[in-house]
Amino acid sequence: MSKAWTFGENLNTDEIIPGRFNITIDPLELAKNVFCEIKPEYAKNVQPGDVIVGGQNFGCGSSREHAPIAIKGSQAKCIIAPSYARIFFRNAINIGLPILECPEAVADITEGDDVDVNLATGEIFNRTNRHQYQARALPDFVLKIAEAGGIVNFLKTHDIQDLLA
Amino acid sequence: MGTLIEEIFSRKAGRPVQAGEILLLDVDYIMSHDNTTPLAIKAFREIGKPILDKNRIVLHLDHAYPAPNVLAAENHKKIIEFVGEQELAHFFKQGVCHQVMIEEGFITPGAIVIGADSHSNTYGALGAFGAGLGSTEIGVAWVTGKCWFKVPETIRIKLTGKTQYGVYAKDVMLYIAGMMGMDGGTYRSVEFGGEYIERLPMHERIVFPNMSTEIGAKCGLIAADEVTINFLETATPAKGPFEAFGPVNPRYERVVEIDVSTITPQIACHPDVDNVKPLEQVEGLSVQEVYIGTCTNARYEDIEIVANMLKGKKVNPLTRVIVTPASAQIYKKAMNNGLIEILMDAGCTVTGTGCGACIGRHGGILAAGERALTTMNRNFIGRMGSPLSEVYLASPATAAATALTGRITDPRGLLEITNK
Repeated sequence: MSKAWTFGENLNTDEIIPGRFNITIDPLELAKNVFCEIKPEYAKNVQPGDVIVGGQNFGCGSSREHAPIAIKGSQAKCIIAPSYARIFFRNAINIGLPILECPEAVADITEGDDVDVNLATGEIFNRTNRHQYQARALPDFVLKIAEAGGIVNFLKTHDIQDLLA
Repeated sequence: MGTLIEEIFSRKAGRPVQAGEILLLDVDYIMSHDNTTPLAIKAFREIGKPILDKNRIVLHLDHAYPAPNVLAAENHKKIIEFVGEQELAHFFKQGVCHQVMIEEGFITPGAIVIGADSHSNTYGALGAFGAGLGSTEIGVAWVTGKCWFKVPETIRIKLTGKTQYGVYAKDVMLYIAGMMGMDGGTYRSVEFGGEYIERLPMHERIVFPNMSTEIGAKCGLIAADEVTINFLETATPAKGPFEAFGPVNPRYERVVEIDVSTITPQIACHPDVDNVKPLEQVEGLSVQEVYIGTCTNARYEDIEIVANMLKGKKVNPLTRVIVTPASAQIYKKAMNNGLIEILMDAGCTVTGTGCGACIGRHGGILAAGERALTTMNRNFIGRMGSPLSEVYLASPATAAATALTGRITDPRGLLEITNK
């Protein structure tokens, strides 16, 4: 069971993790307060492999990497949204938090649905209503970073020039 | 050839580039602050390679400085140890990072400056590319000197006409945020131009790229012109010669034309930056705190507007009025010209420089049920403290008028009296 947790449009980084908790960079500590003001039950009940389903412009606001780190720390498998705020998109890729763009899935999934995501293919299957969706393909260089598990890991074995090679 | 962002990126790439291309570019400066540097250090250590060019690294302590608690103190300690260990020369702790970046001459036309702060867009006011990134990419750039960018499409915001008396750049930008929405510029370069912008002094220009972040923009840009070059030569230690340049035969995704002469004082209401209303619709709403500060509106001229309006008067006794000058340079000038004394005599609390109350860490935190009117750039839920508090955004003049009454007040009546 991979439970879907749904969120609204323009979800900002303060709603993901309020600034006052950003005094630590420990993913597990941050995860204790993730979404604490808008969905306090999330941090208490999330299970490894659950899926975040958000609205458009997901993660807008500050450049704080604490936001994707807090989500990754909560052991959610990935985020599905129609679109992401620019810096959040970069940050999520850079820290190795999988993010998928799929407006059809977002429109159809309701909170609590059992959602199976194949990160390699972008296929999303809703076991609750038996609907299948296909996420948009990510650009090659983004996939390179994602496959390495983040930009830091990528640079351990590659030169930065290899990104666009 | 092309939009301003295509011009800037083409110069850097050494060949003409167009929207849609992905580039790996050298960056001129890499900025981070006390909130974001610890994670950059962590990424840097994990990569395990040396810094490419120490001169490109600029670090600031401004977000929670001086430390309001032990955890912030530990962040500062970690950063200071790193500065010592790596022998980094550009280390600042006397002002909001973006203001200091400009004052210290790091921002020049055509420069590419990345910052681990979403308001790094501010640098576009001087014809530079400034964009916010996360800490990990800052650590990557320390090691590689490079960053990847997708050349964005451009939305041109053409501002014509002349603002009414009592209407400032902040009011115009809030109006734009209300019109465009929080994702109206997502992934886009937003170019601000037109006769209104061309006539605007630098301290007012800065507001537009600074708040382009609030409409999701990758960058907010203003073409470098005589105003830019004069500012750089007289107000910063930046070494010229500087080149004025703008878009050349640009192809815009869309052009938004706004006649600023129709705009009245604006307020972004709780809880979103695009929840913008003309002031009269919320006039009289009580506030418990007025906060004049931040990278948006705490420059000398902003403080001067407030001081002129509060001179010889007392702020509402039930309202906390806090002024946080954006930098030591601004603070000193305000002090030397008697503005700080005027503010203090009026009952304001003038704090040390930095980001202050804007991120709800210290210097003016709100209690549950409280409402603040501020000169900040964003008003998300819980931004200034309790998630049950509310933040309203406005110009420094509106903040000053509101400070006197404790209720959201139109500055225009008071400005007329003050200036008679």
